[in-house]
Amino acid sequence: MITIKSEREIELMRVAGALVARALDLLEKEIRPGMTTKDLDTMAEEFIRDNHAVPSFLNYVPKSDPGVTPYPATLCVSINEEVVHGVPNNKRVVKEGDIVSVDCGVYKGGYHGDAARTFVLGIIDDKVQQLVDVTRESLERGIAMAVEGNRLHDISSAIEDYARSFRLSVIENMVGHGIGSELHEDPAVPNYGRKHTGVKLVEGMTLAIEPMIALGRSRRAVSRRNEWVAVTEDGKPSAHFEHTIVVRPGKAEVLTRTFLE
Amino acid sequence: MAKEESIEIEGVILEALPNAQFKVKLENSLEVLAHVSGKIRMHYIRILPGDKVKVQISPYDISKGRITYRYK
Repeated sequence: MITIKSEREIELMRVAGALVARALDLLEKEIRPGMTTKDLDTMAEEFIRDNHAVPSFLNYVPKSDPGVTPYPATLCVSINEEVVHGVPNNKRVVKEGDIVSVDCGVYKGGYHGDAARTFVLGIIDDKVQQLVDVTRESLERGIAMAVEGNRLHDISSAIEDYARSFRLSVIENMVGHGIGSELHEDPAVPNYGRKHTGVKLVEGMTLAIEPMIALGRSRRAVSRRNEWVAVTEDGKPSAHFEHTIVVRPGKAEVLTRTFLE
Repeated sequence: MAKEESIEIEGVILEALPNAQFKVKLENSLEVLAHVSGKIRMHYIRILPGDKVKVQISPYDISKGRITYRYK
C-alpha cells in the first residue's frame, strides 16, 4: 500500500531528511584515506544521537527476509565492487583510489530520511570517475521525472536510459522504495523499466530513489548467505547515490539535499 | 538503504493449484504464488509438491513468481 503523506508528515520528514544530509556532509568533509569504515560509522552515529535522533538502519530487519541478522550499524559503507549494505568494521580501511558509497538513514519524530553518496578518495581511474558522475546525474534525472502526473517507471526508465547511454550496467535486484514511518514502504522503485508504466505519481508520495550503477556487465548484486554486503558479480566497481523526495506538481521536493552544494 | 529484491530464488513447492499455478515456499520463508514458465511447459516437466524449484520474482509484486527450473 502506498501512503500519501500530509503536509504535517512531510514537515517531520524534512527534519529527518535534513539530518541525513548534514550527517553525509560531515562524512564527506571528514573522510580520509586510512580511516576504518567503523570510524565513519561511529562519527555518524554520534552526530545522529547528538541531534536527538536514531539511526534508521541499526537493527533493521527487512520484511521480505525476516530470517536475516538485524543490520548491525548506522551506515552502510560499500567500497569499490561492493554495491550496497557494506557493514562497517574496524579492520576495513578506506584507501586512496577507492570509491566509497555511504548510505545513511535517520529516524526522527516518527519518520525516516534516507540518502546515500559515493565519495571519491584521491585520484581514480577516469572510467571510475565517469561512473560516479553518471550515477550522480542519473539520480537527478530520476528526480526530475518524479512529478505529479508522471508514472512510477518514468523515474526508473530515466535512470536506466541515462546509465545505459554510457554503457554502464544497472543493478536490478536492488531497488529504491517508498519511505515514511517505515524505512521501506511501497512502492518498489526499480532503476530500470519502461516509460509510461507503473502507478501514477500523486503529490505527497515520498520515495527514496537510489540508482546503483556498475562498470562491467553485472546486473545483480550478490551477497553470501547470512551476510549483508552485496557485491557485483564480476567484481567491477559500483556507485550509489540516493535522495528522499516528495512528489510535487511541476518539480519534486528533495528532502535530503546537501547544504554543501 | 536499498531494498533487496531477489530476482531469482530457490523454493519448495507446497501445493499444486488447479490452474497450473503453485504455492511455493521460498528460501527466505516467504510464500508466493507461482506459475510455470513456457519452457518448462514445452518440455512437459512435471512439478509436484515437495520439488525444489527456482523461482523468478517480479520486483513489482513480490507475492507472485515464475518457476523457471525444477531441480532433479
